[in-house]
Amino acid sequence: MVNWIINHGLGAFIVVVWMAINIFLFVHFYLFYDEGPQFEYTRELLGSALPWARAPAAVLNFNCMLILLPVCRNLLSLIRGSFMCCGRTVRKQLDKNLTFHKLVAYMIALMTAVHTIAHLLNVEWYSNSLDGRYGPVAGNLSMLDDSPELNTTYLNPIRSTSTTPTIFVFTTIAGLTGVVITLALILIITSSMEVIRRSYFEVFWYTHHLFIIFFAGLVFHGAGRIVRSQQETDPPHDYSVCEDQPENWGKIRECPIPQFAGGFPQTWMWVIGPMIIYLCERLLRFIRYMQPVSYRKIVIRPSKVLELQLVKSGFKMEVGQYVFLNCPAISPLEWHPFTMTSAPEEDFFSVHIRSVGDWTEKLISMVQNLPEGGQGPKIGVDGPFGTASEDVFDYEVSMLVGAGIGVTPFASILKSVWYKFKDSNPKLRTKRIYFYWLCRETHAFEWFADLLQVLEKEMEERGMRDFLTYKLYLTGWDQSHADHAMVHFDKDTDIITGLKQKTHYGRPNWDREFEQVRQENPSSVVGTFLCGPQALAEVLEKRCMKYSDVDPRRTKFYFNKENF
Amino acid sequence: MGKIEWAMWANEQALAAGLIYATGGIVGVAGQFRGWQFAAFGIAAGVFVCLLEYPRSKRAKGTSVERTGQYCFTVCVKAFGPLTRNYYFRAFLHAALCVPGGFMLATVLGSVCLAIASLIYLSAAIHGEHWEPILPRTEPPKRVGESIKEPPQNPPPRPPPELRRKKVDNLETAAYDNPMSVTINE
Repeated sequence: MVNWIINHGLGAFIVVVWMAINIFLFVHFYLFYDEGPQFEYTRELLGSALPWARAPAAVLNFNCMLILLPVCRNLLSLIRGSFMCCGRTVRKQLDKNLTFHKLVAYMIALMTAVHTIAHLLNVEWYSNSLDGRYGPVAGNLSMLDDSPELNTTYLNPIRSTSTTPTIFVFTTIAGLTGVVITLALILIITSSMEVIRRSYFEVFWYTHHLFIIFFAGLVFHGAGRIVRSQQETDPPHDYSVCEDQPENWGKIRECPIPQFAGGFPQTWMWVIGPMIIYLCERLLRFIRYMQPVSYRKIVIRPSKVLELQLVKSGFKMEVGQYVFLNCPAISPLEWHPFTMTSAPEEDFFSVHIRSVGDWTEKLISMVQNLPEGGQGPKIGVDGPFGTASEDVFDYEVSMLVGAGIGVTPFASILKSVWYKFKDSNPKLRTKRIYFYWLCRETHAFEWFADLLQVLEKEMEERGMRDFLTYKLYLTGWDQSHADHAMVHFDKDTDIITGLKQKTHYGRPNWDREFEQVRQENPSSVVGTFLCGPQALAEVLEKRCMKYSDVDPRRTKFYFNKENF
Repeated sequence: MGKIEWAMWANEQALAAGLIYATGGIVGVAGQFRGWQFAAFGIAAGVFVCLLEYPRSKRAKGTSVERTGQYCFTVCVKAFGPLTRNYYFRAFLHAALCVPGGFMLATVLGSVCLAIASLIYLSAAIHGEHWEPILPRTEPPKRVGESIKEPPQNPPPRPPPELRRKKVDNLETAAYDNPMSVTINE
C-alpha cells in the first residue's frame, strides 16, 4: 500500500483534484440555474432540464480548456526544465500527459452527451410551451415578443408555431454549431480507438485535426445568447408575487413587464488561452522544421535498420530524448518520433530507424537508392523532447530494461556514460548500472554489440568491471541455438555477440534479478527504466513495488516507463 | 495511408452511431416528443446496428482483436452469409436505416453518424474488403518436445509370410528363433 503511494501518489492526487473541480463546477452551476431567481421564468418553461444542460456546459468549458495543454510538447519540455529543482516525482507526472489528455477527453464526451440530451428536451419543451401545452403562465411567457412599443422582450427563443425543433436547431447559431461540433467530436473519438490508432496512425492523426472545427464551433456556440434570464427592472418584478397574475403585468405597480436578455457568451474566455498556446506550439514546430538539417553519415544496418547521423545548428540534447522527424518527400504532414541513439557529448545526433510501416519503409528505400556519399532527402527535425530517461543519472543505481528496438534510449545513455567517465564528470551520481536487453533474434544485436564491446574494453582498462553489469536475453531461441551453444560452451566470449558476457536464453527471471540488485545495493534508491511492451511494464512495476522497502535504510525501487 | 482497412474504422463509427441513434430514440420516446414514432424506429434501428456491428471482422493482415464476448454475435452474423459478408450491402443498409432519423431532432445526430459510417463502408467495399468471422482456432495438440519423435507408422520390414513360417523340418535355416513350439498347421 505504501509502495503504491510512493509510485502513484502524486498522479492519483492530481486526478482527485481535477475530479473535485469538475464536481464543484457541476454542482455550483446546477444550483445557480436551478435556484437562481433570474431563471424562475425560464424554469417555468423548461423545468429542471435547464440546469441539467448548463451544469455540463460549465464542466465542458473547464475541460476544453485543459485538453489542449497536455499535447503541447514544447511547453511540457519547458516546464520540465524549470522544475529541475523539484525532484523527480513532479517531473514524472509530465510523462503521463497522454493519459491525462484521454481522461479529459472521456469527460468531454460524457458531458457532451448529458448536455445534448438536456438541450433536446429543452428545445422540445420550448416548442410545447409556445403551443400552450404547459398552462397559461408558460404560454403567456412564451408569447412575449421583442417589441419596443409594448415594452416587452422575448423569453422563449422559439418565436413561431410553425417551426419544428429540427428547423429551430439548424437555424440558430447554437444549434448548428452544436450539431457540427458534436459530429466532429464523435469522429475524433471513433478514430482514436486503440485498435485504429495502433494500426492506422494516419487515420487517427488526420481525423484528430477536426479539433480545429470543434474549437471554432465551440467559441461561437453561445453567440446566439439563447438562454435568457430576467433582468432588473425599476420597479423590480418579483415573481413570487406576480407569477399567478400574468394578465396584470404592466398594469399594476408591483408587476411591471418582466425584461429578459441572453447571457454573455463565456466559453471563449476559458479556451482562448490554451488555443493561443497551442498555436504557438504548432508555430514553433514549423519554425524548427524550416531550420536546415544536414546528413553527416548514413548507414544501413542489418535487419533493415537505418542509422542517420544528422547535424543541426543550435541543437542541444540530453540522454534518452527523442525527436520528431518529417520528410516532405514522403509525406508533408506526418511527423514521426524517434529516440536518439547518440550521446550529448557528440557533435552530431543520430537515430536508428527500423522498417515498421509505410513511412519508414519509404525512407529506407529512398536512402538505399542514393548515390555514394550523397546527402539524404530534405528532413525536418522537431525537438528534442524529454522523457524519463533523462533521470537515469539521478539515481545511485539504475536498472535499465530494453526490449527489442526499445533499447535505443539506452544506447544513448550508455554512450553518455562512457563519455562522462572519460571526462570524470561530477554530474554522474550513478554508481552502478544494470542493463537487461531482451531480444528475439540475433541480427538486431549487431549495431549495439559494437558499442557494448567498446564499453567492455574501457571498463576493463579502468578496472571498473562492476560499474556496468549487462545481461542479454535471447527470447527467440530454438534447437539450433542450443546445439551451437553447447558445442562452444567453454569459449571465453559469447558465440553470438562476441562479448565477454554470455547471452542468456529465454526470458529473465525477474524475481532473481531484483533480489540480486537488492543484495548488492543494500541501502540505495534504485531507478528502474523500461522501454518496451506494456505487459513487461506491468511485470516490472509489480516487482518494483514488491521489492521496495519504506525503511530508508533499505533498498527502494522506482519505476519509469517510456512509451510512444 | 497505404495499408488501412477502412472497414475497421467504419465498424467503430457504425457501433458508435448505433448507440447514439438508440439513445436519441430513447430520449424522444421517453420525453414524448412530437414525432416519437421516428424515435421508436431509431431505437430499433440503433439496437439492430449495434448487434450487427459488435462482432469485429477478421483483419486481412495482422492480428485481429476481438471484442469481449463477441463469439455468439459472430455466429449470428455469420449465419446471414453473403448479406453480412458484403460491405456494399452493409453500406446501403446503413444508408437506408439512417433516413427516418432525419425527421426528428433527437435522432438527427445518430442518423448523420450512421450516414458517415455508411460512406466509410462504401469506401471499404470499393477497396475490395469483406467481413470475415473471427473463429477460435482449433490448436493442433501440442508436441511434448522435439526429442520425442513420432511413433513409427509402418511395421519393421519382414520377409514374406512363406519364409517367415518356420518349417518343422528346417529349424536351422529359419529366419528367426521362435520360443514357442511350432505346429504344422496353423
